[in-house]
Amino acid sequence: MTARTMERTDHTGAPAASRLRSRHLLGIAGLEADEITLILDTAEAMKEIGTRPIKKVPTLRGRTVVNLFFEPSTRTRTSFEIAEKRLSADTLSIATATSSVTKGETLVDTVRNLEAMAPDMIVTRHPSSGAPHLLSRVCRSAIINAGDGTHEHPTQALLDAFTIRQHKGRLAGLKVAIVGDLLHSRVLRSNALLLTTMGAEVWGCGPATLMPAGIDRLGLHPTTSVDEAVEGADVVMLLRIQHERMHGHFFPSVREYFALFGMTSERLRRASGNVIIMHPGPMNRGVEIDSDVADGPYSVILEQVSNGVAVRMAVLYLLAGRDEMAEEGPP
Amino acid sequence: MPQVMDADRMSRALTRIAHEILERNRGLDDIALVGIRTRGVPLARRLARTLQEINGDDVPTGALDITLYRDDLMRHAVGPQPLVRRTEIPFSIDDCKILLVDDVLYTGRTIRAALDALIDFGRPRAIQLIVLVDRGHRELPIKADYVGKNLPTSLRQSVQVRLLEVDGTDEVVIEEEP
Amino acid sequence: MTALLLKGGRVVDPAGAGDGAFDVLIADGAIARVGRDLPVDGAEVLEIARDWIVAPGFIDIHVHLREPGQEYKETVASGTASAVAGGFTAVACMPNTEPVNDHAGITQFILKKAAEARRARVYPIGAVSIGSQGERLAELGEQKTAGCVAFSDDGRPVATALLMRRALEYAGMLRVPVIDHCEDPSLKGDGVAHEGYHASALGLPGIPSVAESLMVERDISLAELTSAHVHIAHMSARQSLRAVRAGKDRGVRVTCEVAPHHFTLTDDALDGPVKYDTNLKMNPPLREAADRDAMIEGIGDGSVDAIATDHAPHHADEKMLEFDRAPFGIVGLETAVPLVFDRLVHTGRITLARMVELLSVNPARIIGVPGGSLAEGQPADLTILAPDLPVTVRAAALASKSRNTPFDAWQLRGGVAATVVGGRIVYQNPDAR
Repeated sequence: MTARTMERTDHTGAPAASRLRSRHLLGIAGLEADEITLILDTAEAMKEIGTRPIKKVPTLRGRTVVNLFFEPSTRTRTSFEIAEKRLSADTLSIATATSSVTKGETLVDTVRNLEAMAPDMIVTRHPSSGAPHLLSRVCRSAIINAGDGTHEHPTQALLDAFTIRQHKGRLAGLKVAIVGDLLHSRVLRSNALLLTTMGAEVWGCGPATLMPAGIDRLGLHPTTSVDEAVEGADVVMLLRIQHERMHGHFFPSVREYFALFGMTSERLRRASGNVIIMHPGPMNRGVEIDSDVADGPYSVILEQVSNGVAVRMAVLYLLAGRDEMAEEGPP
Repeated sequence: MPQVMDADRMSRALTRIAHEILERNRGLDDIALVGIRTRGVPLARRLARTLQEINGDDVPTGALDITLYRDDLMRHAVGPQPLVRRTEIPFSIDDCKILLVDDVLYTGRTIRAALDALIDFGRPRAIQLIVLVDRGHRELPIKADYVGKNLPTSLRQSVQVRLLEVDGTDEVVIEEEP
Repeated sequence: MTALLLKGGRVVDPAGAGDGAFDVLIADGAIARVGRDLPVDGAEVLEIARDWIVAPGFIDIHVHLREPGQEYKETVASGTASAVAGGFTAVACMPNTEPVNDHAGITQFILKKAAEARRARVYPIGAVSIGSQGERLAELGEQKTAGCVAFSDDGRPVATALLMRRALEYAGMLRVPVIDHCEDPSLKGDGVAHEGYHASALGLPGIPSVAESLMVERDISLAELTSAHVHIAHMSARQSLRAVRAGKDRGVRVTCEVAPHHFTLTDDALDGPVKYDTNLKMNPPLREAADRDAMIEGIGDGSVDAIATDHAPHHADEKMLEFDRAPFGIVGLETAVPLVFDRLVHTGRITLARMVELLSVNPARIIGVPGGSLAEGQPADLTILAPDLPVTVRAAALASKSRNTPFDAWQLRGGVAATVVGGRIVYQNPDAR
């Protein structure tokens, strides 16, 4: 085996790409398996930086990254900010709850006003599905999707995959059960796409009222039975249930939801012996997950958070390295 | 492709360097080897082994990835992006004498990046540079303390060091660029 | 006014002269004669190419002219310019203007604007309820006298079964149809795309087909009860068509229309190179291939009565928004004829005679206006078509004020050569000579 293949393979033997093909990260939908491997491999190196005394490298020095968050988020925004600062980028976070958007300024105008400072990259979270796609058509910066509506949350899926790979050594052939509000979850869509692309078997479980149409075409095995989903699972991922959904007649009460779908130690016994429990956060204890399980020996939930910084550093680094903004205008 | 060093000559060069290290530093106190990825790392390990054979002491050895410190990192849109790999320095470098190890010394920019990276890890007492081949054409004021072979080259040539651990064979060859 | 003689084309007039190489003589704004080799006799001659079609004027019974109130999107003047450029000699305009056309003053205003524009005829459709709020019946009698040809709360369904029943009874008394935008609001929810795989993959809330078909079934049952005429606007789902067929079989007075985008596009278009393209957002949404194919079948076998565009102009700024925030609707007046030719006629799904039924004969009958044939004495409204004309849709060059079309850069075969209203040539296609 030559040096090149030794260095550049994921654990399934599929080679890593040499660079990312798109100048944006709008979703997992635009990524192929070799690009996903490249991001995960790069994140390994980035993770090490967090263990040093000086947790900083000069790689993105002189680059400006704007975090444009139209939806409140402490966890994801902080994670991106730390990632950007560790790479020595200049960062600017704009939480638009109080800004021009409430005065009726459109998304396009808000971003065009930002262009004056010529950010190299814009990390954006927005309540409308497709908002980052619209941005990528109207502005020159590279766009990173930090969550759009109910569509995708690609860096979450990447850090989830990174965490799984750390524990299992691979993604292919694993049984992953994702339980919760599948209909409204962007984390579900991104994870389903990523895990099936990398050869995992993904099961989607939740109440029938919260199953997206065409779910099997999304690559998932659908079931309303938690037992069936968890049976022999290597990974169990819980999704947040929003209490507001009760008003849409999706389920009658959180008590009933927990009774039918909540992850308890009891239910977990059907999973494989070294199952790992994941949750994108924030958790509703006693709704989708029992405290025993959340704090138990199988939970890797806290690791997900710390892996988030490494994965986001990898994404920032790989996209910044494409350096095509100087040569191209918007596509 | 003209071969300028074969396995035997490489081995003797490394042995000679090991003896020079011992002589110049009067022993191995507070000395550590740090190889620059990729090929500096196996070279550093070989030196550590040789030093251990001669002197008896274990020399701490680490691996340094300087990709994120390169000054040309964000400037080339063409070609594959260099893969970033882990740095592994499992010991404190404070007050150590660090011996940086690389296969080829050329413009000196890799060494500059390595110095920046090392200083983020701590405050070494001193840093010395070991290279297997010095091919000239420095662009920065960098000098190697220990050289396996001086190899005058033209800018149109490239020097390839091949190592058993990475490439399956030990040799140094010069290639002409077309 | 001098007489006008259309010489040399092929007349397709299924409700009148039939199909043949006839000349058409027009005098005083009306059809004087249709026959072979008519003498010129001092008339002004308009030479028609031998393969061109001369048909009774096309009537689009579902158009949004946006005036009064939203003139930045379209006006009666620009909308009728768009209509004649699309080959339409008349349009029926929906009442969801600002203010809503729920009383005679607004109907009169619209008719005045149409008369000033002197292009296509305009037949206003009045609101069923005041403000289209679904609470109180509007003054339907006064509105009919003022010139309304039908009633609708389009943009919304007629709010309750009781209101729809009363509206059908009342409008039935006036011999005027109720046109319903069939949609159950609770099932539609905040949906913005057809409930199916593509909406799920894109994270867009879905509108299930049953939201439409359930309301269609309600309206057919009420039309049956009241013996009144209900017309189903912009039908898109195969389940709706099934209900319409069953209603017709029972003798219910139900008619329906399909828009060109619903026999051309499906929700697969959402997975195109430009994601979240708001020019693919309309209500009812683009549905599945089975629905599109069912619409085509219905158009062919007579279950579908008319093709109507639901021309819905929106300003570019309004469409340059996040998909869920952008308004529903696309323009359609200038792309209808090329799409009918390219997707239905040239593919052999319908004959030219059927095309004229769908675009002229039946629309005239549904809203009860003159037209639909070239019989002597009929108004001289004609649509002259070039069936093999290569057409490249250019959004930037539309006569409409708005540009929101998903068909930009499409290359189609078949288009409009000229449009004649009341004996006057109101449009000639510069590319068709």
